[in-house]
Amino acid sequence: MLILVAVWVTAILIYNLIQDPALFVQQIVNGLQLGFVYALIALGYTMVYGIVKLINFAHGDVFMVGAFISYFAVSRFKMPAWFGALGVPEPFGTLLGSLLVILLSMAACALMAFTIERVAYKPLRTAPRISALITAIGVSFFLEYFGALPFVFTPNYISYERPFGIVTWYVNNGIHVLRPGTQVPAGSIVFSSVFIIILITSLLLVVGLQFIVQRTKVGKAMRATAYDKPTARLMGINVDGIISVTFAIGAALAGAAGMLYAVAFPQLVFGMGITPGLKAFVAAVMGGIGSIPGALVGALIMGQAETLSAGYISTPMRDVVAFTLLIIVLFVRPTGIFGEPSREKA
Amino acid sequence: MVKFIRGVSRKTWVFLGLAVGVYLIVQVLLSVGVLNDFWSTIIRQGAVMAILALGLNLIYGFNGQFSLGQFGFYAIGAYASADVTYRWTLLQTANGVTVLFMVVVLVGVAILGLRQLLSRIRGVDALSAFALYLVLTIVAGALAVVIGGALAGPVTTLLNLLPPGWSLQVVFFLAILLGGLLAAEVSFLFGLPVLMLGSDYFGIATLGFTIIVKVLFDNSDTMFGFAEMKGARGMVGIPQLSSWFWMFVFLLAVVVITRNILQSSYGRAIVSVREDEIAAMSMGIDVASFKTFTFVLGSLFAGIAGGLYAHVGGFLVPDSFNFVKSFDPMIVVVLGGLGSVTGTVAASFIWSLVLEGLLRLVLPQGFETWRYVVYPLLLLVMMLLKPSGLFGNFEIPYLRQALPALRLKNNPAPAEATQGSKA
Repeated sequence: MLILVAVWVTAILIYNLIQDPALFVQQIVNGLQLGFVYALIALGYTMVYGIVKLINFAHGDVFMVGAFISYFAVSRFKMPAWFGALGVPEPFGTLLGSLLVILLSMAACALMAFTIERVAYKPLRTAPRISALITAIGVSFFLEYFGALPFVFTPNYISYERPFGIVTWYVNNGIHVLRPGTQVPAGSIVFSSVFIIILITSLLLVVGLQFIVQRTKVGKAMRATAYDKPTARLMGINVDGIISVTFAIGAALAGAAGMLYAVAFPQLVFGMGITPGLKAFVAAVMGGIGSIPGALVGALIMGQAETLSAGYISTPMRDVVAFTLLIIVLFVRPTGIFGEPSREKA
Repeated sequence: MVKFIRGVSRKTWVFLGLAVGVYLIVQVLLSVGVLNDFWSTIIRQGAVMAILALGLNLIYGFNGQFSLGQFGFYAIGAYASADVTYRWTLLQTANGVTVLFMVVVLVGVAILGLRQLLSRIRGVDALSAFALYLVLTIVAGALAVVIGGALAGPVTTLLNLLPPGWSLQVVFFLAILLGGLLAAEVSFLFGLPVLMLGSDYFGIATLGFTIIVKVLFDNSDTMFGFAEMKGARGMVGIPQLSSWFWMFVFLLAVVVITRNILQSSYGRAIVSVREDEIAAMSMGIDVASFKTFTFVLGSLFAGIAGGLYAHVGGFLVPDSFNFVKSFDPMIVVVLGGLGSVTGTVAASFIWSLVLEGLLRLVLPQGFETWRYVVYPLLLLVMMLLKPSGLFGNFEIPYLRQALPALRLKNNPAPAEATQGSKA
């Protein structure tokens, strides 16, 4: 039966690809853009889950805070213009300024997650897992509704000014720049510098993360802690420190995702973290929670599932498709695509 | 009869007496007007939450299945029963009752029959079994709609023979019950592929269920033809029939059923599945069946709670069933103490009173938005100070297990609660 469903879905997709290749590729491009943002969030979920087995529901709200911090840095403090004022020639000034903004978002989120971990999760390390989970939900509510207060982020939608102008290209017998005020010819694929920036930044971050986890001493300690906490402690690893570092790294990625998401969809609100947070979490579960490549693959699948179903079925049904897909994946592989089969605990 | 009454123990009489006493006190206060509509709504919402959370406590607290799908079944119960009473009061037809009744009965017969059949045949894999159940359900459902539609006329006439107030109450009672049963049947079908997942994966799949249900109700008018549900705009005009009397009756029934199941061999089997599935299996307990049983029973309670909720305010919006809300029953269960019926009921009322009532009154004018800032802080402080919940595993005598409580180590969540507070 599952094979039938798979064949059917593939047939529909191929039919659409032949019917209107440009539209199909356009959906894929949009899906990639969304998927990479989800991937950055999903990595935070998967790392934290891998190491403390906690579903960190506050992660989506860390992402929201990251987006708002970049908003304040761009709109209030005009950070992207700082380097230009110092005499750095123009494209590089804005580039360096934007880099500073994203680093600031990442640092602030890391610091916030570190504090949250110390205050809210660390005292509960020996308590039953559900207490920590409820605490995570509490932290999530707190971040959202504290953010909704009129003197913090306000309860309204805020439009985000991008730190840099964006260029849009379209592909139709070669790549052309879309000039303002002109129409895109029918049957072309449109993509913008935002897509390129998201792609490059998130790939760099994922590779960086993979480097940290696989090649550095901290990464080795993280893997050891995830594998077996008491033994890691016996080997002289500062387990609490490593857990804090994991939270901080995950949050830094969420902060970066927050800024990228804001650049792509320039509307900010205190509840903006809920849906992407949930989608990213589902992506992490689909890929096999605890696995870094799994999070990336899961997020890309989620992005595609969402844009393709929004494009070919209907926009409200995309959540149904995404979760049905999750349930089917879990039915076939109960621990996700890259998940290891659960070990029997002694 | 006399023998039956003699058989009822003293603590049962004390419990029933106290319960009826509480009911009468609240009823008098409501009638006299000491408690105005605002407080009446809050108390009734507390009762709804208590039924909902008792269902979840069965699933999570006693059986150890980390479910976030309770709100999905709650929504199904709410919409199903609201539609039935809406049709009766505003469209003056009993076709809601008859169709839902036939659906529940025929689908129930189909499910139970197939279950019997499958238990006799070996070698049917889970996926084919699931497909069989689905096909049979759809056939039974379609048949039920036809038969139910045909029965609508005569039943309407029959119900109209009753005095007007009575027929409304009868329809309401049936609507709540049928809504709950519908939710239970949906939970059985959904549980088939999902209950075999590991704990956290099960949680996420059930969370997905909540979200899918919400999206489906968002499109109830355009995609499924229920024009009166008005999709995402929300259903209005549901008769406000959930009186304190009905709340009390259903809550009492749910508490007594829960207690009786937990104190039977079923209850011990349910708890043993939570403690250690492999050990339970080796003692000859059919783990899968007991998981399904608990999940279906918990969802039945969720459906009943949903039906009662729909008739409190008289309107339903899919947005009030979104997944953020689906953490509410989980929060209540943990606050009350996992695996404590007393704690769950008490925490439901406390939760409702504090969140909706006290925080609204205590916070000064213009600070209403602070309500949801204070609430998570209270939650955090609560969890940090007493991770085992308000009541731990305390029970009033009527609900206490006849057997001495087991002390266990190394189990995932529930019973560890008491040990966690020391660490």
